[in-house]
Amino acid sequence: MVTKQRTIFFNVDKVTLALFAALCIIGWLNIYAAVFDPEKGNLFNLGTNYGKQFIFLITAGILGILILVMDVKFFSTFSPLFYGVSIFLLLVVLVVGRNVGGNQAWIPLGSFRLQPSEFAKFATCLVLAQFLSTATIKNKAWQTTLQAAAIIGIPVGLILAQPDVGSALTFASLIFVLYREGLSGYFLVFGLLGIVLFILTLLLSKIVLIVGLVVIAGFLLTQIRNKKQWMRPIVLGTIGSILFIFSVDFTYSNILKPHHRNRIDVLLGKVEDLRGEGYNVNQSKIAIGSGRFWGKGFLQGTQTKYDFVPEQSTDFIFCTVGEEWGFVGSLVVVGLYLFLLLRIIFIAERQRSSFSRIYGYGVASILFCHFFLNLGMTMGLVPVIGIPLPFISYGGSSLWGFTILLFILLRLDANRMGII
Amino acid sequence: MNPYFARKFVIQGIFIATALILLVRLFYLQIVNDKYLLSANNNVLRKILIYPARGVILDRKDRILVQNEPVYDVMVIPKEVKPFDTLAFCRLLEISKERFDKQFKKAVNQSIYKASVLEKQLSAKVYAAFQERLYQFPGFYVQNRTVRMYPDSLAAQFLGYIGEVNEKAIEKSNGFYAKGDYIGISGVEKSYEDLLRGQRGVQNLMVDAFNRPKGHFAEGRYDTLAVSGEGLKSSLDKELQKLGEKLMNHKIGSIVAIEPATGEILAFVSSPSYNPNLMVGRQRGNNYMKLLNNPYKPMFIRPIQAEYPPGSIFKIVNALVAQQLGLINPSTTFVCGGGYRYGNRVMGCTHVHGPMDLSQSIQYSCNTYYGYTFNRMVDHAGMRSVEGYKRWQAAVAKFGIGSKLNIDLPNERKGLLPSADYYTKRFGSDKWTSSFNISLSIGQGELGITPLQMANVMAIVANRGYFYKPHLIKAIGAKKVVRKEFTERINVGINSAYFDSVIEGMSRVVNQGGGTAVYSKIPGIEMCGKTGTVQNPHGDDHSVFVAFAPRNNPKIAIAVIVENSGYGATWSAPIASLLVEKYLRDSITRPQAYMDRISNASLLPAVAKPITKPKIDTLKAKLKAKR
Repeated sequence: MVTKQRTIFFNVDKVTLALFAALCIIGWLNIYAAVFDPEKGNLFNLGTNYGKQFIFLITAGILGILILVMDVKFFSTFSPLFYGVSIFLLLVVLVVGRNVGGNQAWIPLGSFRLQPSEFAKFATCLVLAQFLSTATIKNKAWQTTLQAAAIIGIPVGLILAQPDVGSALTFASLIFVLYREGLSGYFLVFGLLGIVLFILTLLLSKIVLIVGLVVIAGFLLTQIRNKKQWMRPIVLGTIGSILFIFSVDFTYSNILKPHHRNRIDVLLGKVEDLRGEGYNVNQSKIAIGSGRFWGKGFLQGTQTKYDFVPEQSTDFIFCTVGEEWGFVGSLVVVGLYLFLLLRIIFIAERQRSSFSRIYGYGVASILFCHFFLNLGMTMGLVPVIGIPLPFISYGGSSLWGFTILLFILLRLDANRMGII
Repeated sequence: MNPYFARKFVIQGIFIATALILLVRLFYLQIVNDKYLLSANNNVLRKILIYPARGVILDRKDRILVQNEPVYDVMVIPKEVKPFDTLAFCRLLEISKERFDKQFKKAVNQSIYKASVLEKQLSAKVYAAFQERLYQFPGFYVQNRTVRMYPDSLAAQFLGYIGEVNEKAIEKSNGFYAKGDYIGISGVEKSYEDLLRGQRGVQNLMVDAFNRPKGHFAEGRYDTLAVSGEGLKSSLDKELQKLGEKLMNHKIGSIVAIEPATGEILAFVSSPSYNPNLMVGRQRGNNYMKLLNNPYKPMFIRPIQAEYPPGSIFKIVNALVAQQLGLINPSTTFVCGGGYRYGNRVMGCTHVHGPMDLSQSIQYSCNTYYGYTFNRMVDHAGMRSVEGYKRWQAAVAKFGIGSKLNIDLPNERKGLLPSADYYTKRFGSDKWTSSFNISLSIGQGELGITPLQMANVMAIVANRGYFYKPHLIKAIGAKKVVRKEFTERINVGINSAYFDSVIEGMSRVVNQGGGTAVYSKIPGIEMCGKTGTVQNPHGDDHSVFVAFAPRNNPKIAIAVIVENSGYGATWSAPIASLLVEKYLRDSITRPQAYMDRISNASLLPAVAKPITKPKIDTLKAKLKAKR
């Protein structure tokens, strides 16, 4: 037993561990700075966000160690159970959940609140890995794809019912996993085209867009007269795009909530609303932009300290980084994340079992999605989506969720020479 | 090897590209674009201007004439305003919703990033209630200021008023003034603006999102203190001023009293006056328009702006000048047969006085005597009449007539003392003689003298030949600086011996039976005076009285004009005598009824037209005998 544990800790990827620790420490320091009130002094206080986060960090560490000492087969074997529990909790939250900020995403547990969607992430990754590693993709590609999509779709649907669009969106990133495992590259391209079309539909009038598409399609058809195999995709693509445009319009007007529409409109510059929906992003950009190259220094930020930025220790924690540590500090944080993401892919690719590899890609995809959407939101690149920055944002559920997500991978990796 | 192994590069590429996009965006936000730094400072920094207290103005006995009172301006930075309870806000400020909308729109139009005044000059009471709930109104804050307060509502025209500085003055000041600053607009407030205003200070406060102050920016390194304005000690005697204003109640006119030994002005009454407190506070604009439209023109600073032909009091000047020129002496006698004949015309006298010597001519105000005297000075001076007139004019000008005395108030007028050229031009040749402007001999015709100049002539007589520039500010600041120009004795070029018989005549005017102002005699004080009546082509004549007292070692010289009140003896002389007694004795021996009769009398014409310039055509007009 002693030897086994020693090997596990010996085999744990130290680089990832160091990155994890660095991000957690950066997170805690910035939460401290965001909450810091020069008038009240800096006594350590467990009642404050940084005090609570300290506890979350310690428990997360314990959680990580527990995961590392568990039997490696536990995760693959019990992945359906995790998934089942997550789905159950997502159902429960719809019934007993506490409504915070318009989303019924929290289950109150004593003085803490649990956010099941955070835990659904690793459960979904595990079960997806379990399913894909055993499925025979090559033979029944479309069936497998649909089943995989269903695995992802069930929690997404439940989370959308809360309705927490941001969290649901992170599951979309699992498309990278499917892609890595053989999904047609067209899906990525279509996904990208879809986003472009979505934005264009909102910016331009439908008629202009449709006429433009038809003209482009016509032009392409005249160019490839001798390559008949291109005809169908172009025609179908054009028809699909036109349908998509109408569906975007429908979705935008009928499915999205007014505040989502506003956020998108603000982002696209269609409306300027610095006191309403635009306030957060504008203040966030001000805070980050005012940091300049070197930043204002630890605890010297004025925008976050004096509460100009809302949600300054949770979703908008990066404002503190940008304001107090400047471009240099932001570069370091972005660099650390990129390093972590690439390291996770590196780890995933060195797995012998496909279960571990697929799970690794799941971890990378979800972390990437959070990283991009959260930072993009604070910089005004994507609409305001309330999702946390992994390991840095304040919050127990998200920290624990990401810790579990990452440490299961580390556990799997420590055992990469063995067989699951 | 997994068949799709190469796809990891695509995913890695997407990750790297995304990170790069984020970094480019950060680079743009943090390094390329400095708009965000400015906005951040705008968010956090509040430049609180610390307005200095304007200098306090005291009277000659250190009693307060004007002081400062704290008021509070509500400021707004439109960009920082978040939705709030507008109705509660308006209720707190005691303004209407319409008013709020209007003011807020004005502020938005000015700048949404900069602070503008939303509502000016809240009282301490309104402020207290508002301050308590200020946190509910982000984007709003309160700026302390002081406004003027006049405890006795006295001397409005002397003190003047302040108002917000206009664009032109801001430009001219080279950045000293900023929008919203107060500046002296009239009176002492204007002429001593540089001393009274002090120096603005600035505090750079940091505030949080709810506009609560969180301390000084950079430990107050960029803060400056406000420096209060210098205090001024005026030469006015508050009690004398108060009495003067009371006596001039319901009358149009002026009182100027000067201390002959210094040129310090003891009383400066312009009537009708107004309550200077009207020019302060939120109703200032309305009050100002009302005052401006008042037909009796309270904003007109009569002591230095109203020009009158002086009437008989001018005989004093002619008597002195003629003696100095060696053309008459105290025993020179002219026989008054009821008027002065020149050519085939007569300048009438009020009585047939018979033979008159110099003192008697003053005592009885004999027109005939001065007709002859003027005739001698112009026509029989051993030179051509034009040259004689020039010599006379130069001698009279030395009394400060026809030019500004440069009192320390703005907008003084110089009056009128025509040059010889004026008549040459007017009559088309320089062959004219005293017959052409004989009315100058008795102070009528083309003469314009301000009440200040009249009082100054009295100071000259009291001093027997010299004066100090009349002034209203005795000392400046804590160090009691006296302006040098006020300490220079100015000689008028009349030998002091020549004053004897004039002063004797003036004494008899008041103190001897048959004098024109004998009813204004002050028991126990020998006041020397001279009545006058100013022709008024628009209505009743104006009553003038000039005097100084006591005869020996005079302490006060005074000029009183009451418009449309007839003879000088009727109203002006009693008013002067009461003021003189009050000043010299600090109490009044005459019965209260005597005083009440004056202060209760209303002598306002139907519509007042203050005389600013004498009418030229008075020459051709039939000259009435004047006393």
